[in-house]
Amino acid sequence: MKIVIIDYGAGNIQSIKFAIKRLGYEAVLSSNAEEIRNADKVIFPGVGEAGSAMRMLRSTGLDKVIPTLKQPVLGICLGMQLMCNYSEEGDTTGLGIFDADVKRFENSVKVPQIGWNQITNLDSHLFDHVENGEYVYLVHSYYVPECADEIARTEYGVNYSTALHRDNFYGVQFHPEKSSKTGEQILKNFLKLDLGS
Amino acid sequence: MLTKRIIPCLDIKNGRTVKGVNFVDLRDAGDPVELAAAYAEKGADELVFLDISATEEKRKTLAKLVLDVAEQLNIPFTVGGGISSVEDVDILLKNGADKVSINSSAVKNPDLINQLSDKFGSQCVVVAIDAKNIDGKWKVHLVGGKVPTNLDLFEWAKEVEQRGAGEILFTSMDHDGTKNGFANEALARLSEELNIPIIASGGAGNIQHFQDTFQKGKADAALAASVFHFKEIEILQLKKELKSAGIPMRV
Repeated sequence: MKIVIIDYGAGNIQSIKFAIKRLGYEAVLSSNAEEIRNADKVIFPGVGEAGSAMRMLRSTGLDKVIPTLKQPVLGICLGMQLMCNYSEEGDTTGLGIFDADVKRFENSVKVPQIGWNQITNLDSHLFDHVENGEYVYLVHSYYVPECADEIARTEYGVNYSTALHRDNFYGVQFHPEKSSKTGEQILKNFLKLDLGS
Repeated sequence: MLTKRIIPCLDIKNGRTVKGVNFVDLRDAGDPVELAAAYAEKGADELVFLDISATEEKRKTLAKLVLDVAEQLNIPFTVGGGISSVEDVDILLKNGADKVSINSSAVKNPDLINQLSDKFGSQCVVVAIDAKNIDGKWKVHLVGGKVPTNLDLFEWAKEVEQRGAGEILFTSMDHDGTKNGFANEALARLSEELNIPIIASGGAGNIQHFQDTFQKGKADAALAASVFHFKEIEILQLKKELKSAGIPMRV
């Protein structure tokens, strides 16, 4: 299985690579459109600021490539947020894959949210063998309000969509690569996804 | 619900774990990668590696250690100790650290906080503050608590937040190494005056101390070293007891 992690200069890519290695697979980093298109699974990471991340995607042309991918794609953290229509962070348009606008948490809660929180209302094969209410590691200041593409929910001041799915595209706000055994199960599920099922 | 976090801290010197008592008297407490994996297995929510070596090889040794830890560890970790530039941070994050902690370098060059949060995002910038209560005023100290400054803890903490820090790691010099509990009054004030997570550090001796720092000190996370390294407190037992005391915990 060919796993490609999209390399566009954003994100804690090394940790994702190691997490996949612990599952017994090898992932390659690539910013090459053809290599990405030919992968069996694509991971779209992201840590940092949405506006500058989108600029990096545009300057490499990857903003045109990602929405046209046909294999399972998993956006992680900022990666998921960039797959939405728009983000308040940096007032930027996104890739428009998920029909949602990313908002900043209100100051009634501490921002960023840092730590372990629960995922509920699980509704996808991405969460096979994961119990409702299990804990995952999150670190973010912006969130996706509840939307039609939601496959998991988290509560932090508000209920929000902590995982999304549309067609071959998946997104998780949390870091599966840092979420202990629960995260490993979710990554394993993603790598096993068969779009026919 | 977002849980409170339990964070073992590993002091690293020349690639080995040591624990200072009152920041002196070092004792060897094992291999960092092995210890890290064991803590993750036992339910630690996060780890902090604090590099206290002063050799010229330090940067290379630390970068290598971060890579080794990232390869093994499936929970987040922070690296601190002598980090003073954007380049230092860049290599540590590239090697797999989730966050970096800066201390003296932030006081000497506060703009570093802005640079780091602009380039890497505030979520990975922890500002560590060591402070001591002198005649009723909390004063920030540098170089592992050896050098006093005129900075007031609460003013400095607010400045750090405005400059883009994502978290504050507050160590009370008065409590560190005493095993008499955390500086809960100062912690609660930090939590009330700031809107970023606060990690309590210094003074953990028993399970009640952790309960107090979450309930009275309003801390978001609690960090400790020797009570974990020398198995005076088992993390799983700690988390179970805190959970039954009504504190949100991942058990």
